[in-house]
Amino acid sequence: MDYFIQQFINGITLGGLYALIALGYTMVYGVIQLINFAHGEFFAAGGYVGVIVLSYLTGLGLLETHPVLCLTASFALTMAYCAFLAVGVEKVAYKPLRKQSRLAALLSALGMSIFLSNGLMLTQGVYDKAYPSELFQGMIQVGGITISYLQIMILCMTGVLLVCLNTLVFKTKIGMAMRATAQDKIMSSLVSISSNRIISLTFAIGAGLAAAAGIMVGLYYGSVRYDMGFLPGIKAFAAAVLGGIGNITGAMLGGLIIGMVEVFGAGYISGEYKDVFAFIILIAVLYFKPTGIMGENIDDTRV
Amino acid sequence: MEPILELKDVYSSYGSIKALKGISLKVFPGEIVAIIGANGAGKSTTLMATCGIVPIDKGDILYQGKSISGLMAEKLPIMGLCQVPEGRRIFPRLTVHENLELGAFYRKDRAGIEKDMERVYDLFPVLRDRTKQQGGTLSGGEQQMLAIARALMTRPKVLLMDEPSLGLAPLIVQRIFDIIHDVNESEGMTILLVEQNANLALQAAQRGYVLETGTVTMEDDADKLLHNEEIRKAYLGE
Ligand SMILES: Nc1ncnc2c1ncn2[C@@H]1O[C@H](COP(=O)(O)OP(=O)(O)OP(=O)(O)O)[C@@H](O)[C@H]1O
Ligand SMILES: [Mg+2]
Repeated sequence: MDYFIQQFINGITLGGLYALIALGYTMVYGVIQLINFAHGEFFAAGGYVGVIVLSYLTGLGLLETHPVLCLTASFALTMAYCAFLAVGVEKVAYKPLRKQSRLAALLSALGMSIFLSNGLMLTQGVYDKAYPSELFQGMIQVGGITISYLQIMILCMTGVLLVCLNTLVFKTKIGMAMRATAQDKIMSSLVSISSNRIISLTFAIGAGLAAAAGIMVGLYYGSVRYDMGFLPGIKAFAAAVLGGIGNITGAMLGGLIIGMVEVFGAGYISGEYKDVFAFIILIAVLYFKPTGIMGENIDDTRV
Repeated sequence: MEPILELKDVYSSYGSIKALKGISLKVFPGEIVAIIGANGAGKSTTLMATCGIVPIDKGDILYQGKSISGLMAEKLPIMGLCQVPEGRRIFPRLTVHENLELGAFYRKDRAGIEKDMERVYDLFPVLRDRTKQQGGTLSGGEQQMLAIARALMTRPKVLLMDEPSLGLAPLIVQRIFDIIHDVNESEGMTILLVEQNANLALQAAQRGYVLETGTVTMEDDADKLLHNEEIRKAYLGE
């Protein structure tokens, strides 16, 4: 039983991170019907900017004296950096193709992914880069269950980000404009909503969330590597499809499910196959219910 | 008097399809002007080009004396040029209330928005009973009312309407035309009305234009068009 609960907590932690990445896929798809294959690279870029900023602050000795402040600053800087990066990518690689076939933009996204990933490799090197390890040492032990402070931080941060995103999309005026743009771009410009701005905002938010996940994954596993965006990117994509692509609540749910399945699969079936489960789910969803869990029937949480 | 809206020899196309081949028309402040014409004549394209949605290849569009061709579509509602498009285009997964709020998207005057909200709910009481309902679940008539109400929330000076009577029961059509008449009378709102139902449109309007395959073939006072032999044969089913 302890083992089950332990796995459950690990599953939520991982699933929350997948959910953060999956939101970027689903929101961009909702607004411009593009699978942004370069999205995983924003996650990787986040992991790197995070480690650079945190290492710098450690070097200054600030991390020991002001850990919370440092962490907040690195999240803010990293998310902002990746948001700008994504807005730039959209302007350069997708916007000029908006009137072309969807395949053109899709190929451009693939190209962008390769470009960004190689850019990261060339500027940061091919070897792992270690995160400062003095953050969040220690853990809570209840019976046979251990939860590290780091895990608690990740769970809280993920929760806060998901709640903020939900509030933004479903409770604010700009969120309403986002949903309107996803539903009918011509009509939304007839009520004076600028689709360009909404599209930029969507990319910025999606990349910001992925970047936050990038830092947390870096902290969780202790290091980052230039190609770290690939696997989590595809798994988060699977999560978005599982939830019903375009559907925000679906992406959150899909992320949690994929995280759970991966952790439980690794724990109870085989650790060797942990990366396979997400793909089995992806294929099964595409085969049996391509609209995903929240697709079609439960429509109201789509962007 | 200066026209508030003027199209000067406007050409537009969809790829190789030439939809507008030199449309010229004028709308004066406070007027109701009707555009009638058969399917595919280019009526909707004329409105979409005016609103900056369909780009124009040639010619110019003037609003309040200034060229607006080439402006981003989203700038025009702020200037008071607003459209109730063909097919209503309600945001299907937004509530009735949200649809109305979006009509006032650019506005910052909270109190004014509240007041206008009350006003459109008074104009269309059915909408008040459905504020939380999703737009897509409304009936056709209710959607048309919502589309008009949403446009009114923008506080237009010139309202373009594309076939507001399409597919609606006579009673609702009557109600909608009453309201068109009303906002024109009481607020002096200028209205450019596209209709297949030529009879209805020409009765409501002061002047009318007849469109055929992308060109204006006739323009006159509405009651003259209404009594014109050719028009009666071609568009009034006689
Ligand atoms: N999105 C589009 N892509 C390609 N061609 C189009 C498009 N929209 C309209 N057309 C063409 O442009 C021409 C004018 O169409 P438009 O919709 O303006 O006509 P209309 O007068 O509004 O007709 P209706 O009374 O049926 O609404 C038609 O030949 C139509 O086929
Ligand atoms: Mg039409």
